Amino acid sequence: MKSATNRLGVDIGGTFTDVVLEKGGVPYSTKVLTTYAAPENAIIDGMHQVCAKAGISPGDIGQIIHGTTLATNALIERRGAKTALITTEGFRDVIEMRTESRFEQYDLNLTLPEPLLPRQMRFTVSERVNARGEVMIPLDRAAVEAVADQIAEANVESVAVGLIHSYLNPDHERLIRDVLAERLPDVAVSISSEVSPQMREYERFNTVVANAFIKPLMASYLGRLENRLRDEGVDCRIFLMHSGGGIISIQNAAEFPVRLVESGPAGGAVFAAHIAARYGLDKVLSFDMGGTTAKICLIKNQTPKTSRVFEVARTYRFKKGSGMPISIPVIDMVEIGAGGGSLAHVDTMRQIRVGPESAGSEPGPACYGRGGERPAVTDADLVLGKLDPDNFAGGSIKLNTTQSHDALNAHIGSKLDMEAVEAAFGVAEMVDENMANAARVHAVENGEDLSEYTMIAFGGAAPLHAGRLCEKLGVTRLIVPPGAGVGSAIGFLRAPFSFEANRSVYMRLSDFDESLIRDLLTELRDEATGFVRTSDEVSPILAEFKVYMRYAGQGWEIPIGLTEAQAMNPDAATFLARFEEEYAKLFGRTVSGMDIEITVWSVNATTPPEKVAPVEVTEGRAVAEASGTRQLFDAGLGAFASAQVVERSNLKSGHTVQGPAALTEDETTIIIPDSRAAIQRPDGCIDIVLKGA
Amino acid sequence: MATKHSNVSFQVMWNRLISVVEEQAQALVRTAFSTSVREAGDLSAGVYDIHGRMLAQAVTGTPGHVNAMADAVAHFIRRIGRQNMFEGDVYLTNDPWEGTGHLHDITMVTPSFHNNVLVGFFACTAHIVDIGGRGFGADAASVYEEGLYLPIMKFAERGEVDETLIRIVRGNVREPDQLIGDMYALATCNGIGHRRLIEMMTEFNLADLEGIAEFILDNSRRATLERIAALPRTSAEGEMTVDGFDVPITLKVRVTVHEDRIVSDFTGTSGLDKKGINCPLVYTKAYACYALKVAIAPEIPNNHASLAPFEIEAPENTIVNAVHPAPVALRHIVGHFVPDTVFNAFDKIVPGLVPAEGAGCLCNFQVSLRPRSDGPAPADARRSEVLTFNSGGSGARPDFDGLNATAFPSGVMTMPIEATEHAGPVIIWRKELRPDSGGAGRTRGGLGQFMEVGALEGHEFDIQAMFDRGQHPARGSRGGLNGAPTTIALDDGTEMRVKGKQFVPHGRKVIMAFPGGAGYGDPRSRDKALVRRDLARGYITAETAARDYGLGAEEIKEIEAAIRKGEAL
Repeated sequence: MKSATNRLGVDIGGTFTDVVLEKGGVPYSTKVLTTYAAPENAIIDGMHQVCAKAGISPGDIGQIIHGTTLATNALIERRGAKTALITTEGFRDVIEMRTESRFEQYDLNLTLPEPLLPRQMRFTVSERVNARGEVMIPLDRAAVEAVADQIAEANVESVAVGLIHSYLNPDHERLIRDVLAERLPDVAVSISSEVSPQMREYERFNTVVANAFIKPLMASYLGRLENRLRDEGVDCRIFLMHSGGGIISIQNAAEFPVRLVESGPAGGAVFAAHIAARYGLDKVLSFDMGGTTAKICLIKNQTPKTSRVFEVARTYRFKKGSGMPISIPVIDMVEIGAGGGSLAHVDTMRQIRVGPESAGSEPGPACYGRGGERPAVTDADLVLGKLDPDNFAGGSIKLNTTQSHDALNAHIGSKLDMEAVEAAFGVAEMVDENMANAARVHAVENGEDLSEYTMIAFGGAAPLHAGRLCEKLGVTRLIVPPGAGVGSAIGFLRAPFSFEANRSVYMRLSDFDESLIRDLLTELRDEATGFVRTSDEVSPILAEFKVYMRYAGQGWEIPIGLTEAQAMNPDAATFLARFEEEYAKLFGRTVSGMDIEITVWSVNATTPPEKVAPVEVTEGRAVAEASGTRQLFDAGLGAFASAQVVERSNLKSGHTVQGPAALTEDETTIIIPDSRAAIQRPDGCIDIVLKGA
Repeated sequence: MATKHSNVSFQVMWNRLISVVEEQAQALVRTAFSTSVREAGDLSAGVYDIHGRMLAQAVTGTPGHVNAMADAVAHFIRRIGRQNMFEGDVYLTNDPWEGTGHLHDITMVTPSFHNNVLVGFFACTAHIVDIGGRGFGADAASVYEEGLYLPIMKFAERGEVDETLIRIVRGNVREPDQLIGDMYALATCNGIGHRRLIEMMTEFNLADLEGIAEFILDNSRRATLERIAALPRTSAEGEMTVDGFDVPITLKVRVTVHEDRIVSDFTGTSGLDKKGINCPLVYTKAYACYALKVAIAPEIPNNHASLAPFEIEAPENTIVNAVHPAPVALRHIVGHFVPDTVFNAFDKIVPGLVPAEGAGCLCNFQVSLRPRSDGPAPADARRSEVLTFNSGGSGARPDFDGLNATAFPSGVMTMPIEATEHAGPVIIWRKELRPDSGGAGRTRGGLGQFMEVGALEGHEFDIQAMFDRGQHPARGSRGGLNGAPTTIALDDGTEMRVKGKQFVPHGRKVIMAFPGGAGYGDPRSRDKALVRRDLARGYITAETAARDYGLGAEEIKEIEAAIRKGEAL
């Protein structure tokens, strides 16, 4: 029968749709190939599989939480509705002119990504609001009607409205929405003051255009999905994971589909945050490495770090600036082109380079024997003994070591006068170094010292590389949780109901206006809480207050968290003290004599995090039994060493394994470097620490 | 032990050093006050060995700093003297000739000590808000009027900041808090680089950087020389004339490919201008080198060895080799035209590689707003300085159209107009693409842009125009047509000049059209599908489609009907 403790998490990824059913806390999971034409088919299929495993029927499920890359993919592949933009006269080309810069300085043949909408689909109206939110040119209703007629003639399905300074005064955008609703009732409308009420027109306009572009597609998909689930007997509410790491109702998701972008990776970060909570860890680095990319996220106090803007659909070697900005609350992740399939080559400086080009699954790395001739990271891992050729993916793919050797020799070794093993070492070191550098830069940007951090690794390729990454970063503890292959879907089940509302309003501390602040933050809190209430009528809702501050004249705001008391009884001295505290932490010093300004205000309303039972961390009780040994190249030693091979399924709580060792399982292999030792924890996590620590 | 490092370790270390300087640059972007640094990326950061040879540099927004800063550390070593360098020291200068070309760039150098031994240097450069003098503009007649000069000296010794220096600086500039803030930001950014370097040296058990330096420089040198050796061993001349301040400037260059180097000789170039658009040789060299490197060796990182084979010569007191005390504040205008001039020559050495001419220099302007003087001003009217960065179109490439409203050769970003309007009582009424401004060709020049600027009710202002290509538009290549020239006027039709400070009365707007890039190849040979697309998007008008590209009247009508119906083109 239907039970609140039967919860289904579904993550539609690029290759697989992951489905996890938890029944009374016990997980049942499956992976089904994603069905692009009708993604709901894979979900139905997967749901039936896990229900059968758990011995329940779809009608017994108490809650479904869904995350998907469909929104992201629709933006990357430009598969959206016929969309028009209505904007302020004089600013037709904001989404096309971007930042007027080249994201790569050293490419004469650089091409910039096309805007989501070509110029002929961008319409203007005469109107203008100034930086104080005052109307300088009123909007004439007749002018909007004329544009509506043009839009009707052009058979537009969805309209984005983005006007200059609308985050300060949304009246004109609302008037346009109302006129369109009257004249074109079948056309979806998105307005920038609702979708992304933040200053900076390029980011805001692009975000509202992206929302409008995918809105009909996502609304229709979500509607179909709900109907199909009902047809299959599902009788519970369905929620969506959003990019900020919380969940929202299916109705809110259909209205603001741009908030679903990157929901899968957000689930992964929530998954890691939950494990951090179980272990009482306040500083965690989550590391997710798959076939083509690696993602790194900082998790402080069991909360993933968030940001207000990110970039999607990068077109040029994952380079910053080559995608399109989306300004919505999002879990802040660094993504680089480094995965098991990343291809290696030698450049003109005789340096080994790895990625971002990937062998994908077809032809795949050379060792797959499917025609891939260039060496991939997986080939290097195989030659170094990290992978067992006979037991890859549970034995379903037999790996060919000779082909890896040949590929490494031909493309790396012969050019650098190296043996295949040294070439493999070079490839592995470069990919690990690339990831380590990305993590370091991310940490520096956030004023963090990684040596105080614990790494939590998941995703198919992460356990092969995480140990070495920890050595490079000076990270002394690494946790590899079970179920790492479906981490995002599990993460969905741990996510709170949440919604972040924010607003750009400029205020200097010298013009501190207490009542305005109180009103603004109250309004934001009510707005955010209202969204959460539509999903959860009963739970208490916590409000998290954050303001973004900087020295007047700077361009980079830093987020300052405030307690409810500080937010509701604002005073300038407290704001100053909090800012100086955070600034000094980030940059080592404060600057005297400068006025300070607040630029963005945000309130995140969230239900309390799920209660977590701490894991009992016990001493090692017994040495795990090895199933054999194999030669494993240890990067720290710079040489092969004899490593124990232990099947993860044979490990019991309290079992210890000394590095160098390989813990094998169907989905991946955990490599324990010579410098480290592992212990199995009661919850199935492998806890890997410095030897002697 | 571990003094002998494997090839793999050296590869990892090189990779790491590049990451270290990127971190260093990021720290600067986040702490700087200067708009040009934080919004536009006008900065650079690098690591050097003890001989002052640059080993790695962050890839930032401005090639102009590249070579200039690469040479700077050697000047610091010579001026300060190694025996006077201590742990905790920080040095600085804004010397246009030993730094990066004008007083508005401050370069800071920090020696890096490991186990009490000098192992290398970090340097960084940022364009600052104000350095006193006449303010940022071309109006000075000599460098003495352009602001406070800081010779190479110590900013801090053994960790103690020189308070006398700080007081002198504070007393000589308009925004002392911001400038001091920027100076600290520069020092902090070097400090971050230093910490990372020491971590790396500890991890790899290095006592010095000699081994890794040789590895980086050898490989870079070899790779660069391979590229040069593959070029025809020949010589060609290029030239280009631009507006200048009062009289046109002709830039001339002879590019000669030798076995192991490329020499760019600017003999024949115009002499100095009376106003501050003159360019010190370091800055000319930076852009000449950028032009050649982006054409033949784009993926080789900038360092001492990869830059060394690009040599430059120019007679003293030509506008590309201005010597002290010539005014040089807006040296970027001439500097930004150097690549097109070099390309003009290089196109004769390797045809079909480099683009047609583009807008060239950035289309920057500064407005100085104040309460109206011709009538009663509202109580909240105020004074304010607002600087904006904007771009025209880049030149058409042999196989691709030019980029619309995108900076080249500079790599800086524009600011959001919403941010600009928060900076002062300025109103940007228009900022959008300028149809028909990209020169027609088989590949089309990038479009320039329109801008209209005014002030909030109750204000008047001066506009400091820093434009060019008013009389000298970008010239088409191989049958391509010219890009559109710059125009500037008041909204009542009053003409204005492309350079210099000009008054804008209360209630008036300045109407500007920034230049397009030039076209490449015969427009009639352009792919008709692209012509139709350009017409549909309004990049070109129907007249241009008919006149330059030969599109028939019927076809134009069809396209116009298709646009109305929203059909994809």
